[in-house]
Amino acid sequence: MTETAGLSIDSVQQQLLAPSGLGINELERVLASIMQHNVDYADLYFQASRFESWTLEDGIVTDGVHSVERGVGARAVSGEKSGFAYSDEIALPALQEAATAARAIARQGQEKQIKAWTRTAGHRLYLPTDPLSSLGDRAKIELLEMVDREARKLDPRVKQVIASLAGGDDTILLLASDGTHAADVRPLVRLNVTVIVEQDGRREQGNSGGGCRRDYHYFIDEARALGYTREAVRQALVNLEAQDAPAGTMQVVLGSGWPGVLLHEAIGHGLEGDFNRKGTSAFSGRVGERVASDLCTVVDDGTLAQRRGSLNIDDEGVPTENTVLIEKGVLKGYMQDKLNARLMGVASTGNGRRESYAHLPMPRMTNTYMLPGPHAPEEIIASVKNGLYAVNFGGGQVDITSGKFVFSASEAYMIENGKVTFPVKGATLIGSGPDVLQRVTMVGDDLALDAGVGTCGKEGQSVPVGVGQPTLLIDGLTVGGTNV
Amino acid sequence: MSRRDIAKAQAGLESVAEQVLQLAKERGATAAEVALSEESGLSVNVRLGEVETIEFNKDKGIGVTVYFGQRKGTASTADFSRAALNDAVRAACSIATFTADDPYTGLADADRMATEIPDLDLNYPWDVTPEMAIELATACEDAARSYDEQISNSEGASLSSHEGTRVYANSHGFIGGYSTTRHSMSCSVIAEDKNGMQRDYWYSVARDRSDLESAFEIGNKSAARTLQRLGGRRLETSKVPVLFAADVAGSLISHMISAIRGGNLYRKSSFLLDKLGEQIFPDFVHIHEKPHMKKVLGSAPYDSEGVATYARDLVRDGVLQGYVLDSYAARKLKMESTANSGGVHNVLIEAGELDQQGLLREMGNGLLVTELLGMGVNTVTGDYSRGAAGFWVENGVIAYPVDEITIASNLSDMFMQLQAVGNDIDYRGNIKCGSLLVDAMTIAGT
Ligand SMILES: [Zn+2]
Repeated sequence: MTETAGLSIDSVQQQLLAPSGLGINELERVLASIMQHNVDYADLYFQASRFESWTLEDGIVTDGVHSVERGVGARAVSGEKSGFAYSDEIALPALQEAATAARAIARQGQEKQIKAWTRTAGHRLYLPTDPLSSLGDRAKIELLEMVDREARKLDPRVKQVIASLAGGDDTILLLASDGTHAADVRPLVRLNVTVIVEQDGRREQGNSGGGCRRDYHYFIDEARALGYTREAVRQALVNLEAQDAPAGTMQVVLGSGWPGVLLHEAIGHGLEGDFNRKGTSAFSGRVGERVASDLCTVVDDGTLAQRRGSLNIDDEGVPTENTVLIEKGVLKGYMQDKLNARLMGVASTGNGRRESYAHLPMPRMTNTYMLPGPHAPEEIIASVKNGLYAVNFGGGQVDITSGKFVFSASEAYMIENGKVTFPVKGATLIGSGPDVLQRVTMVGDDLALDAGVGTCGKEGQSVPVGVGQPTLLIDGLTVGGTNV
Repeated sequence: MSRRDIAKAQAGLESVAEQVLQLAKERGATAAEVALSEESGLSVNVRLGEVETIEFNKDKGIGVTVYFGQRKGTASTADFSRAALNDAVRAACSIATFTADDPYTGLADADRMATEIPDLDLNYPWDVTPEMAIELATACEDAARSYDEQISNSEGASLSSHEGTRVYANSHGFIGGYSTTRHSMSCSVIAEDKNGMQRDYWYSVARDRSDLESAFEIGNKSAARTLQRLGGRRLETSKVPVLFAADVAGSLISHMISAIRGGNLYRKSSFLLDKLGEQIFPDFVHIHEKPHMKKVLGSAPYDSEGVATYARDLVRDGVLQGYVLDSYAARKLKMESTANSGGVHNVLIEAGELDQQGLLREMGNGLLVTELLGMGVNTVTGDYSRGAAGFWVENGVIAYPVDEITIASNLSDMFMQLQAVGNDIDYRGNIKCGSLLVDAMTIAGT
């Protein structure tokens, strides 16, 4: 236990509990009341969040939203069963009521002891800064106005600019019957730029943005806000020239960075512990098997400093890890939360995450990416006779059970005789998770992570995540264009 | 909750709403509006015959928007204490000192406020205990698992029941509130053969629990749908007619709704820009909005600005009759609000002659799509490219299941080339649509 971690727990406790006069002793009694039932594990998750966003449209910031939220969730786990209740009041009666509801999952039984509190020293990947006050409100607006001016200055074909700046922080405190006593303060900021361009009656759009677990100065440093703006305009103008995308199975080169959403959809979800414990994933029972070409090593790494998907501790108080999912093509393991880890007889990998106190935790990704390989990106493109080069993507989706996944390109080009020739319209790419990485025949030396805009949805819960990869060549992926 | 409790809950929220409007006024706001909600419920999931989760939901929230002339600010909180309300109003007012003058901002026009609030029969509380919920979900999953021995695994069956009350008030003097319930049951199972596993599901949702399909029926349908998918093959890349099954066809109409939404129109980011009064579908297509359907999920007496909702045609004889506007977009477009702040309320596509079997015969050879994957829809251009699964159809009869393909076209073309609308309307969603037969789309496969 480090001194700084200890300090942070005390100050978080002060912030979350002091207003209602709650102390550790009361919380311990509440947990003990849950443990009077036949329960293997119980936890209390306290959270206070603040969030704001500012939106610019038609050259002016017309919208600003500020919101606060606080509450506590009580969970009781018995075998594979979970009982869960929550309250938006942090006060003893509400907490007792939630605990009573949650423990009903199990019958009354022999009371189990709560283990002695052990303060978790989480990572120090980001500081407990306050994004909201890191910049004056006037300066936030000026930042968005600068984005608007820059976009319109870049090209007269820019007809509309929508820019938004959002930031907030989550303060969490966790107490669990296994002795876990942990806290975290998680800042998160994001800036997004969308532009609409028009030429000869044709309209197209471009999107860009970024974010991280820092404050708003991130967007001013290194002129990042202007960088996103230029990128959004560039993409939109490329799309103005785009021709119909091809349809069919062909060689596909995926650019570095955000195209790593491939990994998130094709294998990431399928390697989450819950699906594998239940045997409902196309990857179930396949640890030790070859699921990718030996060029592929894929990790889920929650320990990258300041990244959007990173966490000092997960939402069960476990420090995040750099978990190897696939090593040189062989499946190494799954991402676990406490419940699924216990049922599968392994340790949690620090992937237990929840959207808020009002949601049950489950295994979720953090930052999922592929390690770099030996090839120069130019060399990869030059090797393709006829194929697609996809460099930007929108969202994706996967059917865990069949393994079929899709992800949609928002910027792509044809490759002809080893050269990138002309842009094509966005198209959805479809494949099969257990199959697609076996077709990776070249891996670039240019690993990049995304700019910090990813949000993952699972069972109705959204959490911020990151993705990344080097340039990849997939020898045969189905491209869903219109051009037969 | 009894009728009396509901009235009490509503009165409680109304008094908070009035407090907030008063606080805004005291801080000098020239106008203000406030929306509150309170919801509670229970969700139970049963898997392989055992309870997996029991969740008790209890949420509340308040959102306040203040106007100082043409500047606005918004804040929200879940804490209804006087101090928290004061903080929220102060935060909203502070934001309004920084936002720019926007000539189009403000409350909806006073003369559009709903003057009477019709009882749309949306509230059917169900005092379901966790034990009852477990029993029903178990029966549902049992039906699915015993349907066929190829059903090898399960994601479980769920039952959830929620009731809530919402109140909206603004400084025009409008204050309204009503309570709604929502009950649902679903089941998702897995079948396996030598080619691998397939999963599918079925669900039922209703305001009144007695309108839910039976646990047995839901379980059976989820199993039948899952079994049908076993042995899915890919198709060769080609152009073929596509029949969207009713439960996925509504998504096409939702893309249309999105393209005629005010925000996308004034941003000129819609493939249906300036199409008012123009043919966007063949002349046999009629689409209505019916906000006052009794007992229905999408119904609402007024929109989220207090504007009285009303029945209207969105498309008549294939011609676009109106947009989907809130007051802000309406002012920007120099039009009138269509009472769609917060979205549409029950969009209905008039049924054609044929059921799904009839449409399959009409199609002859083509693809029946029963599942869509991904988000490959561009509202600016209408370009459409999504992952799909379904069945290959030969001579009007299902031949074999299909997966790992994409279907692509442009929505403008797909709408104009619509061949038929089915009478097999799926009433579960806000968009109530039968199967839709589209002339030709590009299939990308092998
Ligand atoms: Zn995801």
